[in-house]
Amino acid sequence: MHSFALAVLVSLVALPVAAATLAERFASCLACHGEHGQSAIPEVPSLGAQPAFYVTIQLYMFRERMRVVEPMNETTKGLSDNDVRGMAELIAQLPPPLPATDPPDPVRLDRAHVLIQQHRCNFCHNQDFSGAQNVPRLAGQREDYLIKALREYKSNARRGYDASMADVMYPVTDADILDLAHFLARLP
Amino acid sequence: MTAHSSILRSLLVTGILGTLLVAAPAFAQQTPEQPSSQPASPPAASQPPETPRAATPAPSMQPQPTTVPGRPDIPNAEVATQLRGITPPPFPAPPDQLPIPHLKLPKGFKIEVYASGIANARSLRLGDKGTVFVSNRVLDKVYAIVDRNGKREAKVIASGLDRPNGLAFHNGTLYIAEGTKISKLEKIEDNLDNPPQLVVIYDDLPNHQSHGWKFIAIGPDNKLYINVGSPCNICIPPEENGQIRRINLDGSGAEVFARGVRNSVGFDWHPLTKELYFTDNGRDWLSEDLPEDELNRVTKVGQHFGFPYCHQGNFTDREVGWGRSCDEFVKPVALLGPHSAALGMRFYTGRMFPAEYRNAIFIARHGSWNKTKKIGGDVVVAKLNQNGTVKSIEPFLTGFLQNNAYIGRPVDVQVMKDGSLLVSDDHAGAVYRITHSTERVAKR
Repeated sequence: MHSFALAVLVSLVALPVAAATLAERFASCLACHGEHGQSAIPEVPSLGAQPAFYVTIQLYMFRERMRVVEPMNETTKGLSDNDVRGMAELIAQLPPPLPATDPPDPVRLDRAHVLIQQHRCNFCHNQDFSGAQNVPRLAGQREDYLIKALREYKSNARRGYDASMADVMYPVTDADILDLAHFLARLP
Repeated sequence: MTAHSSILRSLLVTGILGTLLVAAPAFAQQTPEQPSSQPASPPAASQPPETPRAATPAPSMQPQPTTVPGRPDIPNAEVATQLRGITPPPFPAPPDQLPIPHLKLPKGFKIEVYASGIANARSLRLGDKGTVFVSNRVLDKVYAIVDRNGKREAKVIASGLDRPNGLAFHNGTLYIAEGTKISKLEKIEDNLDNPPQLVVIYDDLPNHQSHGWKFIAIGPDNKLYINVGSPCNICIPPEENGQIRRINLDGSGAEVFARGVRNSVGFDWHPLTKELYFTDNGRDWLSEDLPEDELNRVTKVGQHFGFPYCHQGNFTDREVGWGRSCDEFVKPVALLGPHSAALGMRFYTGRMFPAEYRNAIFIARHGSWNKTKKIGGDVVVAKLNQNGTVKSIEPFLTGFLQNNAYIGRPVDVQVMKDGSLLVSDDHAGAVYRITHSTERVAKR
């Protein structure tokens, strides 16, 4: 699946940089991240309704290779600062992703709920997990992506723009991560 | 929207207040039986039923904490969101939107833009030939500000770096501290247009994001001093963390110089006594008003400054401080305000400013985030007594804080050869220069 996503991307971004308009580039985003803000590809995040400032920062980090994810580094290569901001605005306007529809496990939901209270996730991500400013929306995000992202923050494999998530993840266990992702992926 | 998702939402919204009362006790009861992340399971058949632990229920006298260290309960969501971290933008402010018109100084002082367009401008260092070096923390670059035909320009001399916050300059060589290594650029001022590759001199540093960026400086003993912060808000840090260490300039001879340091992002040596003074950022999420950030003074190698057990020299931590006393540790020489984020500091050794500033310490306070009514976002001056204790802490450069929001955030200061003082701002992405006019009479 990864190589498929990569192949799609590479074919789309193979256009000469100057020739690709922002709209064309935006289309290449949707090829992997989904047309309606909803990704259908494992471990590729849904982008719908992400705060524009958060997306700006992530695109900037990809462009500068501060976050290394090859397809994203390729896609953002050559974007101007204004392109980055424009792309972020377009992405922020995508509709929020629909939550996972398979039935939730009530025990895990309860555990996740307690974890959220303990770690105060909602302080920054908002009560409804819609995100704000530099803090991403989590409601309805793909479960596999949430697990991947949280594990990477926990292990320091994913570099944050600032250290907030590394701070938060310090006492969080892998079992906690699975429960949190289970809950958030099902949140509308 | 499916039926279960609306249930989820109502669970979430009502639960913000309700769950602590309902679900948390259930969780707390589980905790003693589940120290690891093992899922709950019935006792195995082979387990002897009369095992003392199994036979005795967990003591119910002890309160079961539902909070983890450093994560307080703030039921008011509106208050909670005012306590978020503040993120510097990846792009600098345009020159016409810099905060200069709002900034205030004591009489006789003036401030101007020294250089702009430097996103996330952090630590400042001055080269022997007058080049000003500027680092990044959340971005990946190091800049050199050079004067060319009367026009000042900032150019990137290194990029692709990992949180290159720390800079030091010595005998023509620039030292750059990234998250896990320290490198050097020799004869950098002669090669600004074609900077050499970084040469790593030291990389025996723990890898962590939280407080993982470094501050460095070279002491009067020609050793390089490195802050190795604590990898958490509040925790008992691993042995190699929570300290200031020093190394020889070739990377050899590492030695712990000070312990019990949460995260220092600024230190300098007293010009006369040669003692090291350092700022230290206190823990978050304890209270609106506690603890205050510290100004410390090292009088002996290996002293312990209290973190994580004792804060601001006079109270023990509510989570890890039990059984400890502040008397075990060296007390700060001054307190710098709760959550104020006191960062870069330099002794003033120039001659442009009035005599009262001689050998005083200018301290950049980045400004609080973990406090609803913000404080800091300024440069203060600490004036010292003859014996090295602090006589006063006074405001110097103010105005970055407008309507409880920052229009700029000072990070570091640098005394220039002419006695003027540079201040970096990682929010607006600029460096300012403060001068004092000799035409005015400083004192009557």
